[in-house]
Formats: sequence, structure tokens, C-alpha cells
Amino acid sequence: MKLMWFHLMPYTELPDDFREKNPSVWVDIHSSLFDPRRAHHMYNDFMDELEFAAECGFDAICVNEHHSNGYGLMPSPNLVASSLARRTTDTALCILGNSLALYNPPTRVAEEFAMIDCISGGRLIAGFPVGSPMDTCYAYGQNPSLLRERYHEAHDLVVKAWTEKDTFTFNGRFNQQRYVNIWPRPIQRPHPPIWIPGGGSVETWQWCAEMDYVYCYLSYYGYKAGQATMSGFWDEMKKLGKDMNPYRAGFLQFVGVAETREQAMELYAEPAEYFYGRCLHIDPRFAGPPGYATEETQRRGIKGMVSQAADASRDTQRYETKFQTLAREMDAIVDKGYVIIGSPDEVVEQLTEVATNLNVGHLMMLLQFGNMKKELAKYNTKLFAEKVMPRLQHVHSQWEDHWWPQPMARKERAAPASFHPIAQAAAE
Amino acid sequence: MEPKTTTVEINGFSCRVWTAGSGPKLGFLAGFGGLPKWVPFLDALAKERTVIVPSLPGFPGGERGHAVLDSHLDWLLALRQLLEGAGLAGADLAGSSVGGSLAAEVAALWPAMVKRLALIAPFGLFDENDPATDPWAQRPGDIPGLFCADPAKWEALKTEPEGRNSPEWPIEQVRASEAAARIFWPLGNTKLEKRLPLITAPTLLLWGGEDKVMPRSYADKFAKGINGKTEITVIPDAGHLAELDKPDEVAAAILDWTK
Repeated sequence: MKLMWFHLMPYTELPDDFREKNPSVWVDIHSSLFDPRRAHHMYNDFMDELEFAAECGFDAICVNEHHSNGYGLMPSPNLVASSLARRTTDTALCILGNSLALYNPPTRVAEEFAMIDCISGGRLIAGFPVGSPMDTCYAYGQNPSLLRERYHEAHDLVVKAWTEKDTFTFNGRFNQQRYVNIWPRPIQRPHPPIWIPGGGSVETWQWCAEMDYVYCYLSYYGYKAGQATMSGFWDEMKKLGKDMNPYRAGFLQFVGVAETREQAMELYAEPAEYFYGRCLHIDPRFAGPPGYATEETQRRGIKGMVSQAADASRDTQRYETKFQTLAREMDAIVDKGYVIIGSPDEVVEQLTEVATNLNVGHLMMLLQFGNMKKELAKYNTKLFAEKVMPRLQHVHSQWEDHWWPQPMARKERAAPASFHPIAQAAAE
Repeated sequence: MEPKTTTVEINGFSCRVWTAGSGPKLGFLAGFGGLPKWVPFLDALAKERTVIVPSLPGFPGGERGHAVLDSHLDWLLALRQLLEGAGLAGADLAGSSVGGSLAAEVAALWPAMVKRLALIAPFGLFDENDPATDPWAQRPGDIPGLFCADPAKWEALKTEPEGRNSPEWPIEQVRASEAAARIFWPLGNTKLEKRLPLITAPTLLLWGGEDKVMPRSYADKFAKGINGKTEITVIPDAGHLAELDKPDEVAAAILDWTK
């Protein structure tokens, strides 16, 4: 299986009384809480951590897009990924992703992803989320009633821009361009693998099956809550006559590994409680703009027809109910499976179970979360890479991953020069 | 009173039309959330007039007609077809909130369509110095008190009738909010200000004294912009959907204006 290292880039210095004094970590979080000079260090620490994960041998490093968000400092994951493309060599670069409806014209996404694919020698995984209500409808003012239609049209435009050899005219419902002809073009043919992060909507599953894309369930609530959604996904794949190849799916899981379980509890309690206590403090008024969840999803949710499939992830209620009943204390956080902690043996056991029960071939792990410092993030990453990763890689080995990047051969790829500032060297 | 229900088809989607009473025709376009039930306000109008109530595309009683309306022009053409289909061409027209905005648009673009106009706290403008409230970013418990001075009035309209218990009821309510969002997201500002001078119909501007959505100052902007004769009437103890809070007072003002 593939073990992927995911960073949300949370602002790590939200005050202790953040939850009491502020209505939301997202959309209207106050600018006075943001210190750009501290963020300078955070960004550099985070990028160090991503690069360290690549050095440790993780299959991919992952970044994503959020706006006006105190737990996600990457309005443009592409900026970070392009830097990582220069500073890493063999690791896949997974951008999960660009919320297509937010880009005008969406060919911008086709261009930037093609650039990153070229710079990295063909290591890009192209993620296309619809985007959360907070990011898309509130922070970016997109119309919830038009969001999905715009998303699908933008997807068609981006894929065509990647694959059509001649300059073409796009006469869409929302996008009209007389001359579409992107330069550069992606290295990977016909285009970089497309992965779709989504909630539990049946339409998304069906679309992923139809397009042969990877479906990723990026929940912050771990494998116990995710079981229902993933079962729903696989039931739908069965119904559609697809094979059970676990590489059709991706799943996000927080992990904290230490020498012993006790030590892990001690080390990871603070960052976990910071994340679930402060970072997920989201005002429910930004949870469910009308039209964001399709009527079919609402209907299934209301009838409970696929309660096994959508219970934990109904778009309309996902944020509200989740955030109101959220476990914020470490014991409960671990008990509910939000964060998997333990000794290497215990983590291997639990993640094997996760990968098997949920049938996921792409496990995306948050080994830095909340206000975790770089030293601890590196410790977690290194211990995982040395003691856990080798014992998980064989899982699902009977299946082939058809959705992984196909980079240029190593010897054909450029070797970026290291950076030696002449002026500074002279001064020293 | 039990209205007669018919439908008008627009772009292949049906919209419900209620008709009740007798006398000269008077149209009404409902406000935010639409009318999942017949309300006392319509009874009060129907005492003197033939009240015709077409439901906007996507509003209760219809289908997802809003889903093919991508531009402002699409909406306005749909409205014209809706009013013509309901037999309201040239009649007096009242509209509340979202519906009020569209009634004003029709009066501006096709003056012959509307004889006299009554608008209850219409959407369509936005003043950043006196911003309208965001109706789509509310905690669920705050909604009834946002739209009505008496939250029970909103609850009564929005609660599913006893014994129905259909999943379609809550979906229909979300759909109405979505339809309004489709045309008015995110600020409620459709630049209607530019078209107000084209309105020549005598226009009554009704405002709930306790409107928590549309600031009272917007009434003055409408009055200033509209070319026809205007009058502003504030209904005490009424919220944004004043016709729900004070049905008799709002109906009396409209009936008086269109006499």
C-alpha cells in the first residue's frame, strides 16, 4: 500500500481561550490572531517537515487548499507544491487539491498543475475537490446553487486542456474561451492521475467510478467514523461492477507513534487537543449553504436509506453535528479513533486493520497536527518511517495501483542545484 | 379559504399558482422561503380581490425550475412568463422580500405588465455602510426570529402539516432558500438600483418596523430611485416578512394602494 504524508499547515499559536473568545476558526477568524512574522517560521517549519517526510521515504507528500482558515494556511497549495518539486526527488506530490469552481478561468488549474508536473518530472497527483462550504461559498463567495455545476464544467475544461492537442474553443455554460491552448503541457499522459476528495455523497462515488478516479475520504474523525462511508463507497463500486482494488480509495488518518502507548499519550495529547479543541471550532452558520448538498444527498440523509453510507458525512449536517458533539479531550479523541496512537507495534496493528477493513490502498497520514512542534513532527515521522512503514507496505500487494504518478525515469530527470548565496558566503 | 391550484410551466418545470377570491386581479410574489402553506395574509387580500399567487421557480409547490436559470436575464424572462402564464399581465402586483425584488424588475423592464406595485422590504440593493443581513449564514435556531418579529409565525408556516412526515417537506424548504441564493447570493445585490428609474408604476413601499434583514434605509433608496409615485409605510411590530407577522395591516395597506 501507499503511505502518504499529509500537511494541513495549521496556525500553531491560536490562544488558549480561542474557543471561548472567537466564534469560528474559519471564514471570519480575526486577523489580529495572525502574526505574519510567526507565520514565516511556521511555513518554513512545515515545508521542512514535508521535505523531511520525503527524505524518510514516504510515497507521497500531500498538501491541500483552504481559505480564511486558522487550521489550513494554504490558500494556494500549488505554491508549496512547486517549492517541494524542487526540493524533493522521487516522492509523489499530491495536491488535494484545487477547488475547481474557484478559478476563473479554470484553465489556470490546468496550467499550474502542468507546470508542477513539468518541474517535478511527472510526480503530480491532481486532486479536484468541490471544496468545503466555508472555503467556496463563504470565504470565496461562490453561489452554492451553481457550485457543483461549475465544478463539473471546470473539470471537463481542465481535462480537455490537458489532452486536446490543438487550440480549441470552449463553449460552456459558465466558461467561454475562444482560444484554449495551455503551455506548458503535463508530462504524464494522458494527464496526471486525478483524485477526488469528497464527503459521503453517492453521486461523487458514482462519478469516480465512471471516470475511473480515486475517491478520497478526508475526514478528521478517523477510521471508526470513516467505516460507514467507506463501506458505502465499496457497496456502490460492487453495484457498478467495479473491482475491489483498494487503490481506488484514499483515506486520511491522524497518527502519533512513540516507544510506548503511554509515551504517545503524553507526547500527542497537546497537539491533538489543540486541533480538536481550537482548529475545529467552526461556527455552524457556515455549515450548510442551501444547494451545497444535492437533493439526492439530502433525501438519502433524511430517509436514512444509506445511513450506513452517509451517516457520518451528510453534507448538510456534517459540520454542525460533528462540531457540536466533537471529542476534545485526548482520551475521547483516541477512544473514538480520531487519532491512532501507540508503540510501533500497536500502530502497525491498528493501521493494518484500517487499511484492511476500509479497503484503502492510499493511506494519507497526518503526523503533524495541531500545534505540534517541528521536533516532535520529525520524531513521529522518523519513527513511523523506520518502525511502522516497512511493516505496512506489503498490505494490498496483490493489487496494482493504476492511479499513481508515472514520472520520467530518474536518470532523465534534472538535478536541481543546491543554493549557495555568493554575497552571504563572501560576508562570512 | 381553499385556493384553486394550477401550474405554469417554465423551461419544462412546473410552478404552482394559487387563485382565490373575486374582483380585480392582484398578484403576489412571496418572500424568502416562499409559501409552503396558504397564509392568513392571502385570505385578507382575497376578501376584496382575485388573488393570484405564482410560486417562483424553485419555490414551494414547484419543481427545480431555478436550476436552469443561470443569469439574471434568465430569471427575468422566467418571471415574465410566470406572470403571463398566471394571467397577471397588466394587473396590480405585490411582492415581498425576494419576490418583491423580482416584481420591481418586471415593472422596470416591462411597464405594461404591472399596473400598481406594492413592495414589502424587497431584496436587490446593498449598501456597505448599512449592510443587509446574510440570510444564508445563520445558526438554525436564529432563523425564525430573523424573518419574523414573532418567531412562531415562521415556525407555523415552515412546520410540516400533521401526519405528512415526508422527506420532501424539508427538502422543499431548503430548495426555496437555494433558489433565492441562486439569484441573490451573496449580498442580495442584483444592481436593481440601475433599473429603478424605469419603474413608472405607482409604488407602495412597505417595511416591517422590526425588519432584521433589510435595513429601513433601503426603503428610501427605493423611493428615491423609482420614477413613479411612491409612498413608504412602516408596519409596527412586523419583521422582514411583514405579511406573516401582521397579515391584516399589510393586506389593508396593499388593498388601499391598489383601490
